[in-house]
Amino acid sequence: MISVLVAGIFTLAPPTNVVVSDTPDDGGGAITIEWQLSADDAQLQRYEIYRSEDGLKYDKVGFIGRGRNAYEDETQDRTPYIYKVAAIMDTMRALSEPSTPVMSSAQWLDRNKINIIITVLLLGGMILYFIYRARRGRELYVRKISGLQAIDDAIGRATEMGKPILYCPGIGYIEDIATIASLSILGEVAKKCGQYDTKLINPHFDPIVYTVAREIVKEAYTDVGRPDAYDPDSVYFVTDSQFAYAAAVDGIMLRERPATNFLVGWFRAESLILAETGASTGAIQIAGTDQVSQLPFFVTACDYTLIGEELYAASAYISREPLLLGAIKGEDYGKIIIVGILVAASILGLLTKVPILQLFR
Amino acid sequence: MLVFVFGILGIIPFIIPHPAVQNVDEYLRNNLLKILAAFALILGLGSLLRVHIDKMKRKGQNWQYSWVLILTFVVSAIIGLFGGVNGTGILPTRIGSFPFDIWTIYLNVEVPLGATMFALLSFFMASAAYRAFRARSTEATLLLAAAFVVMLGVLPFGNRISPHLPSFAQWIMDVPNVAGQRGILFGVALGMLATALKIILGIERSWLGGGGE
Repeated sequence: MISVLVAGIFTLAPPTNVVVSDTPDDGGGAITIEWQLSADDAQLQRYEIYRSEDGLKYDKVGFIGRGRNAYEDETQDRTPYIYKVAAIMDTMRALSEPSTPVMSSAQWLDRNKINIIITVLLLGGMILYFIYRARRGRELYVRKISGLQAIDDAIGRATEMGKPILYCPGIGYIEDIATIASLSILGEVAKKCGQYDTKLINPHFDPIVYTVAREIVKEAYTDVGRPDAYDPDSVYFVTDSQFAYAAAVDGIMLRERPATNFLVGWFRAESLILAETGASTGAIQIAGTDQVSQLPFFVTACDYTLIGEELYAASAYISREPLLLGAIKGEDYGKIIIVGILVAASILGLLTKVPILQLFR
Repeated sequence: MLVFVFGILGIIPFIIPHPAVQNVDEYLRNNLLKILAAFALILGLGSLLRVHIDKMKRKGQNWQYSWVLILTFVVSAIIGLFGGVNGTGILPTRIGSFPFDIWTIYLNVEVPLGATMFALLSFFMASAAYRAFRARSTEATLLLAAAFVVMLGVLPFGNRISPHLPSFAQWIMDVPNVAGQRGILFGVALGMLATALKIILGIERSWLGGGGE
């Protein structure tokens, strides 16, 4: 009764300026509806969105709370739609004017990613430039990475002790860059194992990584002229369950007592379980990962740790291949540029009113 | 050539939202990759069985456990293949009120065993913390002091010592800690970019078993 009375003396202001557009930078199937809030927005319960194909019959397609002035509707591409927005309070409803007809369509470029594309092209171009320079025979200096320098000593130690080397590539998949970097290091380690006739143990979490690793190790033994020394059972698949894999590798560490453990690749919570078990057996441990959350565990429990990018640089560092070293040089200059941009952006952001953060969104 | 083509095919969907491109990407990721993974899984399981059968033949160290692995492998494979995920297959997977379908086995064997391994982490953390916090160098002393402050800061007791301690602990986590992490992440991002470029352009082939040439 009261609401009927209120409705009689109170007219609800409708939303105005309903602007409808094809949602930009998407794969189609969406239209964005924007409007100016009702003058009575503070009293409203919600806005309701109505859609029509012929301009006569409108169907409710969604609703949104007061204070909000945009809605994204799922649509069929190439079909024109007209929209109205209604302000709702109790039983009262105030409809906006109908919008102009709009069709949704798929776009061929996501403009939100243009800044990323420019950055990648800039940094990628720099890396390619240094690779080109290296190809022309320019000498490139790369700083010493103690974890990688220790590889020879660690393998030598295992050889002298007559014990095996355990190489654990973590629980990453073949699409993880850390796993790919780990496989590159595995090739170099396998070559040295072949040269010194040291037993290699290489258990795997992912069957695809296992098949690739098997070929890498086999190739490495052939490269150093010791195909006879290659043991097909040295590279094997264990399980694709995270903690079952950790348990299996722990078991190998305790039974086989490797002189050297390589924990290099993509790790999660099992990193400390593996590293601490390895440390308890007295093995030299060389670890490496790009997982920032696991690095403290490796730094604590291992003798050497390849931190982040050092893991990616390992293959170039060990092989001393000029083309690969050129890429590292390019990365370093990329870092200088990033630091420069950060400093400049910070100064601009602090001292001026330039909306500098918008550039990075 | 294949790596180059598929590498470029992996980049394009990131910048082109059109369904024509996204559908190809989805097909490659969801269908083709699954088929490849299935074949690799067969190879992987073959490797696992070969290693353990060989160990049993050689009577290697703890060879008896290889029997456990092979038996559980065969039994769970039969139950999974013929009993269905929830016991809806052609093989009966229930004796009275005792179900033994693959989902029940997973929930009652695999999950608790995984949780047991995960629980060990707390003990390993304690031993790792002991090793890290021995103040043998300036860096280790700084680490010990920072950890001590952060630990006190998150405890109610810390607030009683000083009302500024929790905010100082939070500052350590938010500023020096995040700064360090971001520094590493910048390097990681650039390293990923460089590695991806090297692989796509065929400069780095060591991960395929070939040389860097």
